[in-house]
Amino acid sequence: MKKSPVGQYNWLILLISVLLLSCEQHAWNNPYSVSETGQNILYSSFSDRPNHLDPAQSYSSNEITFTGQIYEPPLQYHYLKRPYELIPLTATQIPEPVYLSKNGSRLPESASPEKIAFTLYDITIQKGIHYQPHQSFVQDASGNYLYHSMKEAQTADIFKLDDFEKTDTRELIAEDYVYQIKRLAHPRLHSPIFGFMTSYIVGLKEYAAELKKVVEDTDGYYLDLNKYDFEGAKVIDRYTYRIMVRGKYPQMLYWMTMPFFAPVPWEADRFYSQPSLVERNITLDWYPVGTGPYMLTVNNPNLQMVLERNPNFHGEKYPDEGEEADRENGLLADAGKPLPFVDKVVYTLEKENIPYWNKFLQGYYDVSGISSDSFDQAISVGGQGDIQLTEEMQSKGIHLQTGVGTSSFYLGFNMQDPIVGSLTEKARKLRQAISIAVDYEEYISIFNNGRGISAQGPIPPGIFGYMEGDKGVNSVVYEWKNGNPQRKDIEQARQLLAEAGYPQGADVNTGKPLLLNFDTPGSGPDSKARFDWLRKQFKKLDIQLVIRNTTYNRFQEKMLKGTSQIFMWGWNADYPDPENFLFLLYGPNKKSGHNGENAANYDNPEFNELFEKMKNMENSDERMEIINHMVGIAREDSPWVWGFHPKSFTLSHEWFGNSKTNFIANNTLKYKKLDPILRQQKRAEWNKPVLWPTFLIVAVLVVLIVPAFVTYIRKEHAVDAAVEREGQ
Amino acid sequence: MIAYIIRRILYVIPILIGVNVLTFMLFFVVNTPDDMARMRLGMKHVTPEAIEKWKHERGYDKPLLFSSKEAGMRKVTNTIFFEKSVGLFVFKFGRSDEGRDIAHDISQRMWPSLAIALPVFLVGLLTNITLSMLLAFFRGTYIDISGVVTGVVLMSISSLFYIISGQYLISKLWHLVPISGYDTGVDAAKFLVLPVIIGVIGGIGSGTRWYRAIFLEEINKDYVRTARAKGLSELRVLFRHVLKNAMIPILTGVVVVIPLLFMGSLITESFFGIPGLGSYTIDAIQKQDFAIVRAMVFLGTVLYIIGLILTDISYTLVDPRIRLE
Repeated sequence: MKKSPVGQYNWLILLISVLLLSCEQHAWNNPYSVSETGQNILYSSFSDRPNHLDPAQSYSSNEITFTGQIYEPPLQYHYLKRPYELIPLTATQIPEPVYLSKNGSRLPESASPEKIAFTLYDITIQKGIHYQPHQSFVQDASGNYLYHSMKEAQTADIFKLDDFEKTDTRELIAEDYVYQIKRLAHPRLHSPIFGFMTSYIVGLKEYAAELKKVVEDTDGYYLDLNKYDFEGAKVIDRYTYRIMVRGKYPQMLYWMTMPFFAPVPWEADRFYSQPSLVERNITLDWYPVGTGPYMLTVNNPNLQMVLERNPNFHGEKYPDEGEEADRENGLLADAGKPLPFVDKVVYTLEKENIPYWNKFLQGYYDVSGISSDSFDQAISVGGQGDIQLTEEMQSKGIHLQTGVGTSSFYLGFNMQDPIVGSLTEKARKLRQAISIAVDYEEYISIFNNGRGISAQGPIPPGIFGYMEGDKGVNSVVYEWKNGNPQRKDIEQARQLLAEAGYPQGADVNTGKPLLLNFDTPGSGPDSKARFDWLRKQFKKLDIQLVIRNTTYNRFQEKMLKGTSQIFMWGWNADYPDPENFLFLLYGPNKKSGHNGENAANYDNPEFNELFEKMKNMENSDERMEIINHMVGIAREDSPWVWGFHPKSFTLSHEWFGNSKTNFIANNTLKYKKLDPILRQQKRAEWNKPVLWPTFLIVAVLVVLIVPAFVTYIRKEHAVDAAVEREGQ
Repeated sequence: MIAYIIRRILYVIPILIGVNVLTFMLFFVVNTPDDMARMRLGMKHVTPEAIEKWKHERGYDKPLLFSSKEAGMRKVTNTIFFEKSVGLFVFKFGRSDEGRDIAHDISQRMWPSLAIALPVFLVGLLTNITLSMLLAFFRGTYIDISGVVTGVVLMSISSLFYIISGQYLISKLWHLVPISGYDTGVDAAKFLVLPVIIGVIGGIGSGTRWYRAIFLEEINKDYVRTARAKGLSELRVLFRHVLKNAMIPILTGVVVVIPLLFMGSLITESFFGIPGLGSYTIDAIQKQDFAIVRAMVFLGTVLYIIGLILTDISYTLVDPRIRLE
């Protein structure tokens, strides 16, 4: 029987139908597995692979994104309250400091800091907290650890942690916190805060020296820290441990929110120290072990990192208090509900902005920042400077959240430089003149799309000591007019310059034009635009600015040696205390010669004295007064052109909830929630495949090929005809 | 031929030493061991002791090329250069400065690189040869002229433009494939379509013009005229005779790149989020990881030399007149 033409092409009709049907159900451009559709999975990205996931080593923000969700230090910040407030995490309560004199006698709370020789923090942790399932805890029937002393042959088929058959858990105990504090001194770990902490934790330096000797005298890789104790961190009982700090150091509590002070079980250290596992890159630095709401189940930092809900998580409730606006914004709707809300978080490596931004717009990332390239597409700035989302973003239901970060970016003067440095009147007036001339409002507008506020001093908003309004204005650079700070007229800067001995930008003694040097590691078109802008600012005072471009390493060397003149620098807060910003101007913390964080090498004895008094104080009116005095001194001396505090812009889709900007806390993932059904609908709606261009391209190719084919046939026929003619 | 290959392999040793010295000098002219330590340990709260300790553990506290304090051979062997280089010659790449096994990382990351490079190479070769033969067939006609012009235009466009416009059109506007990403196994296919299409299109301009020139040179030779005189069709002349005789110049350009396919593409891998060896190298340079940089340069050199030897061998296969002696 002869098939009808339609019947012959049944398979083609079927194929097209299947294709069209699948278009309706699943977006073709979905980068995730179809099996994940509709699941409670948060999709995010990272641009720099984390170097360390070991809590003794990890410090960068791109690392704490992960470690903050896995490890649980004893304390944390309240998610919603501002100013930032410490609350217990695994601890039963915020530890009360106990002050001791030199001879060990207890001092009252009101004792002056000079009398306090030591401070004790006794931290009691909650009972019944368990670690995530992990291979290091597995024991056989006789109580021997199954995977702690494996022979080479046993690890032959092990290439990743999942290749082990069994996992187990155990309860979190105080010893684990002490163990981790000991790890800060481990000679092989190079904890970035070890040097800093030796000034505070009693005996840490001596302990490190002892461990170093032990490591040198023994062959094995494993160093059993339980065998070696020290005064600064001690176990009191199963659930209580003690940290002993030199002098009074209230900021110690803030450090207790960081993964440096999270627990590490000795079993994990023992397990990961086996050479055959180290050879296979199976280390604590790669596979963390924690008690937090999430555990790292995929660690491929070249492609994807995945956090999944820790089945042993001890449970925590969403906060039921916050700021006034939080209730209106729906941030208290989940009060009292168990955390975490999201089951799994997939972080994908995105090095380039364009694919990252487009994936966000397609609904494949739930949250996004805004790069300069995408700013105009996302944000419209009104005539009054008011900022709102563009219509395109609004139509997609995208939300915008802004907040001024706890960071400062500034233009620094090297105070050891013979021209711009020193506390002499001449140098001070020169720096003040430059501070007026360098228009940071313009800088923020041009280079940051208006995302930032000009700084009035070293302390950013959100930190105790920051003053709003006219009280907080830097009177050296600004005047308070019409309810706003107005940068002083350039003529006032010229006047200061003349008083400094450089009228019209020339040295009054030699007549030579004033020439200053800006040291920078920056290069490329973006940096060039910034340099041109900076030259223009100095030109306002007829000062010639020479850009001394160098490599990043040479620049660091110059800063360490104190041979730079003017430079750009920045600081992100470690914790929400003014001490963490004012110490950037504390003399003994100079970069040059002391390797500290005071990049400008500013050293004013009066400021130093006040800093020493202020750093150990609780937040109070008295402390505020001292801070105001210190900020006043610094403004007058102007070791920095105070620069700006950046403003973060975060976009999130309408299915993403409980999002509140928090610049200090690291463990906020557990509060975030999703509506995966809505996300699925929107993704399907926004990503319907457009097939006509493909058909068009095929049609164009056919149109091009057919004449060529016809030409070929004609040509061949012509040859055949010619051959035939030749034959005849 | 075996004697020739052995000789070529022996030549490799001084080349590799030279490349290694050059890499070492270039790297340490820009970065000192102190810089590397600072980069690795971070910016905040880093003490000079921590820097010294980091250098000591990785052997970067030794003299660079010559140790005047040592006696005898140790003047040379107790140096960063010797200790970091000698293992490479037995393909022991050692550990990266952050402590990971480089050989293991390379073995993991070469597959994604290959997953893109191989289809781009094969499909590109097939497309370019087909198109160039088409142009050679229609030489002198409007098809040839427009093909050459299009080829010049395609050659003049930056690869970055192909990537960005490809992502914009195919992924963003038409929603046909994911804009970037990677997966293993069969799921990798949807991520590879776009970079492969872009890679092939990006290579059409130069490839087609190069092969067209080769074919046109062959097409005017006497044996082709004889073949035509025998009454063979133009297609048969092209595929049976011209293509076969044009293989030597084609092989010169093709075989040499085959081993290098493992090394990956720097820009493509970065834009499409492919975790291959191209992005591995770029990351290492950015993070000043000398251990990875020297390993990748060494590997690249070895693969390039293998490519050259394979090219020589392939000549003997396509042209019996050639003997390697």
